[in-house]
Amino acid sequence: MRRKGLAIMAVQTVAGKSTSTSAENPQETPFGPAAALSCRECGTRYPLTPVFACLECFGPLEVAYDLPVGDPEGLRARIEAGPANIWRYAPLLPVPADVTQKQNLNPGWTKLVKADNLARELGVTGGLYVKDDSGNPTHSFKDRVVAIALEAARTFGLTTLSCSSTGNLAGAVGAAAARAGFRSCVFIPHDLEEGKVVMAAVYGGELVAIEGSYDDVNRFCSELIGDPIGEGWGFVNVNLRPYYGEGSKTLAYEIAEQLGWRLPDNLVIPIASGSQLTKIDKGLQELIKLGLVEDKPYKIFGAQAEGCSPVSAAFKAGHDVVRPVKRDTIAKSLAIGNPADGPYVLDIARRTGGAVEDVNDEQVVDAIKLLARTEGIFAETAGGVTVGVLKKLIETGQLDPAAETVVFNTGDGLKTLDAVSPTTGPTATIRPTVAAFREAGLA
Amino acid sequence: MSASVRIPTILRTYTGGQAEVPAEGDTLAAVIESLEKNHAGISARVLDETGKLRRFVNVYVNDDDVRFSEGLATAVPDGASVSIIPAVAGG
Repeated sequence: MRRKGLAIMAVQTVAGKSTSTSAENPQETPFGPAAALSCRECGTRYPLTPVFACLECFGPLEVAYDLPVGDPEGLRARIEAGPANIWRYAPLLPVPADVTQKQNLNPGWTKLVKADNLARELGVTGGLYVKDDSGNPTHSFKDRVVAIALEAARTFGLTTLSCSSTGNLAGAVGAAAARAGFRSCVFIPHDLEEGKVVMAAVYGGELVAIEGSYDDVNRFCSELIGDPIGEGWGFVNVNLRPYYGEGSKTLAYEIAEQLGWRLPDNLVIPIASGSQLTKIDKGLQELIKLGLVEDKPYKIFGAQAEGCSPVSAAFKAGHDVVRPVKRDTIAKSLAIGNPADGPYVLDIARRTGGAVEDVNDEQVVDAIKLLARTEGIFAETAGGVTVGVLKKLIETGQLDPAAETVVFNTGDGLKTLDAVSPTTGPTATIRPTVAAFREAGLA
Repeated sequence: MSASVRIPTILRTYTGGQAEVPAEGDTLAAVIESLEKNHAGISARVLDETGKLRRFVNVYVNDDDVRFSEGLATAVPDGASVSIIPAVAGG
């Protein structure tokens, strides 16, 4: 309580002013090039503290930077000489220069797979890539965001790492906390896939299943943080959310670097809260601003499951606000009925000339199988959503198949076996004889 | 009609640090008006210039998100618990 009270008082003192804690020497401060927190709605700036909502308007706070402009060649060389993980981009992240010396899972630098077989199936002629983030330490992109939040928690002296989660994040927090020697206590809806529950529990922290939906869990965490119980807690996606979100920028950086320092034409990204999509856009804009890539147009497409598609519905209706929905889909990692960054996703899709589309559960399962049989990549349901939406976007003429496209797989199919197990199994079960093999029609 | 209103950390400067305060009113709009009488300035933080709920504020009457019901016109039964929560968490 004492810590949070002090943070709020400090914020009030400087609200409305531009503050910079890193002006003297950005590389020697705990937050590197980060200068302040800034409200996305009204622009009010705050010092770098564990706060997440604007005192003026409740708008979300995000990290504002003094980025190292003016020497793109030098910066590119420095990045390329860095480690094969997200810390190669430390000069663009709110972390200290010596971040590689800390106990962290060091996620990132996952494969960008040239998906020629899938491209042929879908009729994509401009080049198709899968950014396969199942290769992270806990097999989802969440390791990226948690790595940044963990460093912020360390700097703020927080001792418990926590989150509300649809599964992947709970595992990422549990693992990161175990590695860094933090206590962890994570909260999930009670009805998650077994793979995600086990994966979240195995790291030895506390895992609490809440009788309700993800939105109920989220509400509970938001209330818990205002309670004395929450003293010393870093909820990665609540009070550390401004820092946490920045981890998703590394997906944009990696794709550009892996393409030879250039931007693709289209990106198809899943939407849960919408944070990942907005931060990928932020990362792409930073790359252009820093001169690391040529300034060219790109289109961002958002992907949702039909059973929880508030952002897609708002996009199609031409609305700029997102009406919350009750969720009902197998894509549980995307089942956020009240997506915090939904309005910003709408802005980005419209600004870039992209779209937001959705597919039903049957199409999700078909897409998981399509990606698996064409590229040997077993995606979780969120990956089925993006591939399914990519197919639909092409079929409906919303995405140009002659343009270069990157589609995201953000998690491992082993976590969501339930989605495909009813329709996937042995081709035949036979006695161990050649005759039996022949009789089964397999010869 | 009396309700108990749970105040998020960022609004507790208006309630003298109290996490929960009483308010009167049979609709959410009336409850917010009552809050404003006792804690001047709080209304402008929850409502925008046009008098609507700010888009990054979630309000629950008991366990129900008012966006699923009648918004500011949502009925607040006697003894209800009203929660004001920043919407930017999660994901």
